[in-house]
Amino acid sequence: MTATTGAGRPSTGTEPVLSMTGINKRFGAVQALTDVSFSVNSGEVVALVGDNGAGKSTLVKVMSGAGPSDSGQILFEGRPVSIPSPSASQNLGIATVFQDLALCDNLDVVGNLFLGSEITLGGVALDEAEMERRSWELLKTLAAKIPSVRIPVASLSGGQRQTVAISRSLLGNPKVVILDEPTAALGVAQTAQVLNLVERLRDRGLAVILISHNMADVQAVADRVVVLRLGRNAGEFDARQVSTTELVAAITGASDNVVAERAAREHRTAGSEGTNA
Amino acid sequence: MTTTNTPTDPAEKPAEGAVAADLLDPRLIQARGPAGYLSALVQRLKSGDIGSLPIVVGLVVIVIVFQSLNDTFLNAFNLVNLCLQIASLTIIALGITLVLLLGEIDLSIGSVSGVAAAIVAVANATHGVNPWLSVLMAVIAGSAIGLLHGIVFTKIGVPSFVITLAGLLGWLGVQLQILGEQGTVNLPPTGTLLDLGQQKFLPTWLTYTLGLALVVLYVVTALTGSARRRKAGLSGQPIWVTAVVAVFLVVVVVALASKLGIDRGLPWIFLFSVALVLIFDWIIRRTKYGRAILAVGGNIEAARRAGIKVDAIRTSVFVLCSTLAAIGGVIAAMRLGFANQQSGAGDVLVNSIAAAVIGGTSLFGGRTRRYAPLLGAVVIGAIANGLALMSLSSSVKYIITGTVLLGAVVIDAASSRGRKSSGR
Repeated sequence: MTATTGAGRPSTGTEPVLSMTGINKRFGAVQALTDVSFSVNSGEVVALVGDNGAGKSTLVKVMSGAGPSDSGQILFEGRPVSIPSPSASQNLGIATVFQDLALCDNLDVVGNLFLGSEITLGGVALDEAEMERRSWELLKTLAAKIPSVRIPVASLSGGQRQTVAISRSLLGNPKVVILDEPTAALGVAQTAQVLNLVERLRDRGLAVILISHNMADVQAVADRVVVLRLGRNAGEFDARQVSTTELVAAITGASDNVVAERAAREHRTAGSEGTNA
Repeated sequence: MTTTNTPTDPAEKPAEGAVAADLLDPRLIQARGPAGYLSALVQRLKSGDIGSLPIVVGLVVIVIVFQSLNDTFLNAFNLVNLCLQIASLTIIALGITLVLLLGEIDLSIGSVSGVAAAIVAVANATHGVNPWLSVLMAVIAGSAIGLLHGIVFTKIGVPSFVITLAGLLGWLGVQLQILGEQGTVNLPPTGTLLDLGQQKFLPTWLTYTLGLALVVLYVVTALTGSARRRKAGLSGQPIWVTAVVAVFLVVVVVALASKLGIDRGLPWIFLFSVALVLIFDWIIRRTKYGRAILAVGGNIEAARRAGIKVDAIRTSVFVLCSTLAAIGGVIAAMRLGFANQQSGAGDVLVNSIAAAVIGGTSLFGGRTRRYAPLLGAVVIGAIANGLALMSLSSSVKYIITGTVLLGAVVIDAASSRGRKSSGR
């Protein structure tokens, strides 16, 4: 049932920075993840898609350490590792930006970027000048458009807040960045802004895992698309070649039967020709 | 940014040359020279970023009204009295400010200050304990009470409102127990504590020296801070702004010191309360600990994910609040010369919270203006003092203080709306 069309990628020769095989996770009577495998290379954007309850969040929690798996093997840069806690995940070099961003509205951009890892003078007083300099440096490398780092994040737009949250995750020099629904609730221009940022992360050589419901965003920015359905792998596609219809079919399960899937596709293409194309 | 040139390391200079890294964005409205700085200031006020302006305007109004009704209000004798009266309130308000920054509340501060007053009076007067040891006992009792509140709050998860409401009643009972049958315990009439609370004032030369030392400290930190910023390729505060503020501060210091010097001088207990406010202002704005308090008050989940030990921060703040309440209670007992069943009761609790809020502390956590407890206590103290001079009944005092508190909250709400609509 796994339809792999992503063969011949330029990155297939390199070793994945993070790869997981045979991941199982169970909540009481519910088998949330069954024998799931997933991998991501440096300088690659992998989109993780699936319907509600497909197991995307559970898989993200396995990677971020918030909900360790029951069984399965995790390799980080080729070494077998376990990720029992969020700090273990961060120490490996995996940064997770959750959907709720977790920013302090009352603090300014610098305060949020360095929260919990402030630079101090002699261990006591905050070194605001140094933190502000590094903030500008970081925002400049990301070409992020934030007019001032001394305004509270409460007054920033949704896209700017997302930028701050993503920038914050980069301060620990991670190798893998997980973005959970970064474009949900954003306008058109702001979505484009965040997608640009995702591309810049890839250009910096980071492995980016993008969880999204938005097929247009996924196809715009991802290299590879991994589909989950009901806690199982339901396909892996080359984002440049896959059509929205194929993705939707994999997500909803219409591709369970290859014949039915082909038929449905032909039917749909034929039906939409008059209205769409 | 254009007036001075500190020697900078060429490697650290931004590639864009003269423009500092924080002024590169073309959307920023650049303020150049005094005129530009002034217009930027006006713009900030218009957009609702009003700082401590309302409270300064409010104080001016209060002074004008009371002075025109009774011309003894502004004389040296009364100003020294005012300083004595608000020392305790300032310290208790400082404690509640910290708790409000977390977005929590402590309703027990009045009772805790009463317990501390009772301990210091009974220990010193009834049992003849060394005065400083009595004070230490009272303050440690306050810290222990705060630790208890903090642990129940963080470990058991009882809302702070409920714990400290129980504390309000419970610690009042403890206070009555300590005071015993007679109900009022006088401090020894010639003892150290009474003397310090009522009779000890700074000589005028020392007031000048301390005040000017503070101004020098301001200038030095402003200049070194700006130099550090320029070295990092950022814009620093123009030197003429530092100069203007320094001159203004010198005028204030000279005016206050000379005015208070006509009478007894600056009371030690008031100096102590001001010092505490200054120290905590620095802690809140300039240390990791203060940043952690603001973060917990702003978004507790963000603070937790950033690795801040949220429970430890919360417990420590409850300890600080009760400790400061105990210090405030001790100072109140020292000034009045006794502790009785009314110590810490009545309007101590509401006045402390009102002072913090009037000074600009948000009830929703994470926000306060600089020196809020001190400025708020001055407003509340000035109203009480002015009305007492006119020998008006306390009914009027309560009505006016309540109105001022409401006004402060309304102004804050309006200005925060302005902040939002103008994107600040």
